[in-house]
Amino acid sequence: MTTVTANVRRRFAAARPLTYLTLLAVAFFSAFPIYYSVVVASHDNSALAQVPPPLLPGGNFFANVSRVFDTAPFQLALLNSVLVAGSITISVMLFSTLAGFAFAKLRFRGRNALLVLTVATMMVPTQLGIIPLYMLMIKLEWTGTMYAVIVPSLVNAFGVFFMTQYLSRALPTELIEAGRVDGASTWAIFWRVVLPIARPAAAVLGMLTFMTAWNDYFWPLVVLTPENPTVQVALSQLASGYVQDFTLGLAGTAIATLPLVAVFALLGRHIIGGIMQGAVKG
Amino acid sequence: MSAPPQAEARPKAAAPPRPSPPRPSLRHRFDVKYSPYFYISPFFLLFFAFGLFPLAYTAWVSLYDWNLLSAEQTFVGLDNFATLLGDEYFWNAAFNTLSIGVLSAVPQLLFALWLAHLLNRPLRAQTVFRVTLLLPNITSVVAVVVIFSQLFGREFGLINTVLEAFGLGRIDWQAGTATSHAAIATMIMWRWTGYNALIYLAAMQAVPRDLYEAARIDGASTFRQLRSITIPMIRPTIIFTVIVSTIGSMQIIAEPMLFGAQVSAGAMATGGPDRQFQTLALYLYEQGFRSFEFGYASAAAWVMFLLVVLVVAVNFLIVRRMRGGLDS
Repeated sequence: MTTVTANVRRRFAAARPLTYLTLLAVAFFSAFPIYYSVVVASHDNSALAQVPPPLLPGGNFFANVSRVFDTAPFQLALLNSVLVAGSITISVMLFSTLAGFAFAKLRFRGRNALLVLTVATMMVPTQLGIIPLYMLMIKLEWTGTMYAVIVPSLVNAFGVFFMTQYLSRALPTELIEAGRVDGASTWAIFWRVVLPIARPAAAVLGMLTFMTAWNDYFWPLVVLTPENPTVQVALSQLASGYVQDFTLGLAGTAIATLPLVAVFALLGRHIIGGIMQGAVKG
Repeated sequence: MSAPPQAEARPKAAAPPRPSPPRPSLRHRFDVKYSPYFYISPFFLLFFAFGLFPLAYTAWVSLYDWNLLSAEQTFVGLDNFATLLGDEYFWNAAFNTLSIGVLSAVPQLLFALWLAHLLNRPLRAQTVFRVTLLLPNITSVVAVVVIFSQLFGREFGLINTVLEAFGLGRIDWQAGTATSHAAIATMIMWRWTGYNALIYLAAMQAVPRDLYEAARIDGASTFRQLRSITIPMIRPTIIFTVIVSTIGSMQIIAEPMLFGAQVSAGAMATGGPDRQFQTLALYLYEQGFRSFEFGYASAAAWVMFLLVVLVVAVNFLIVRRMRGGLDS
């Protein structure tokens, strides 16, 4: 094994500087727009009109941030988004693990048909159902409230598919049978055997779900009002005024994005592992 | 596996009957046979109510003249579909969707493939590269459009500043069809290239190493290895990403919506003053949530869905055909 690795390393030695250079350039273009948005957000609007535009952060960031909180209901929006993304994440993790366990390891009538149905709907554009969903929200009198954003997202087909895939690989069937022989009910087996094994995958699913819910824009825009928005809706209002105020819009962007970037910097490895794992099996 | 602390939460009742192993008691049989439905029921109840039911109900609504603001709904059969197919705004939106979709997806996937190829070798700081590549993907659509609208800004945008420095003229990116499509495609590419690269990378890592060893002994260049080994070996993943990107491209809405809002808040639903970048999904939004023509918008949703199926099928066939070319 070590000789193979050494061999591979030597083989690629010649191509290396160029590879690194290319990857560095790509990394630069990936990160630069985010960096530049912080730069813009830390200047005042007149600085942007200078002919070489500023490329280093200025000293106006906190002034712009406080302008953001004055202009839009951003505090409320942040609170709403934490509530929305938090409850969706917990629910998706729990219900996906439950259903994933049943699909991966339990035998019941209609299992395959239901699983196929679930996977097939992953391929259907969500916008196909958006009009009736909106009508449903009117019927339930949930428009303008967080229920309209939270409840339809409490479960999703991807989560079930993800946990089914993971558990059918990671959970040994013998463990369940051993639990059965010991007289444990399926419910007890779920809590004692399945959950501990499911935890890493559920955590990855949780992170992906939280990011998706935090970043969701279109549906919240449709069902919510400007007075009671989520972060993304508030941000879009902030940025789409009649007067283009880029420092204001990008300061709002920073508030909405930097928490996720910070979390991602810490846990990015696991998130990437989850995406790559799901991809191969998908 | 040690018992987790949550274990005492509920299943006390299950513990007592320890002895007598072969004991198909009624409760046990009931548990094995029916409890699975209990585990999938929270998912399916919510999924039916808020996922599947709306999908099916769209078909029903599309047959009515159904407006939120009027009390009466009249059955009109396929009239909505007939009107839609004669609506030039609809076809304009279909063209824009296709154009932006091709402009963003094709270069994006090719580039992602190449990036994955570069990453699929022993590298220092592999994790740093991966994290950086995925950074755009965790940025929200709204943030992406706000950031790029600044970069593509006519007056103070960085891109125009650079163009001018090279002696080229400033471009009013939002004004033209081609330029606005290019700008929107750039945003989509920026957000999704790294994600697709990681998916390709995952598939590439499953390709047996000795295939490359053999190719190297035969003196194949790395590009040749990519073409003759990697791409044929990860073809299922390529098909998967092509399908997912196609479905994604057909649903593009937030980018043109917010890009239009940068011109004027009123251009939000029309995709620019001349509808030069109104996509199908945005057209659906305009009909459904600006005019509140639910019946008409539902018909548009169905036609859109059929177009998605059509385009996915065509792409699937193209990618499958590619196999022959790549093997040779």
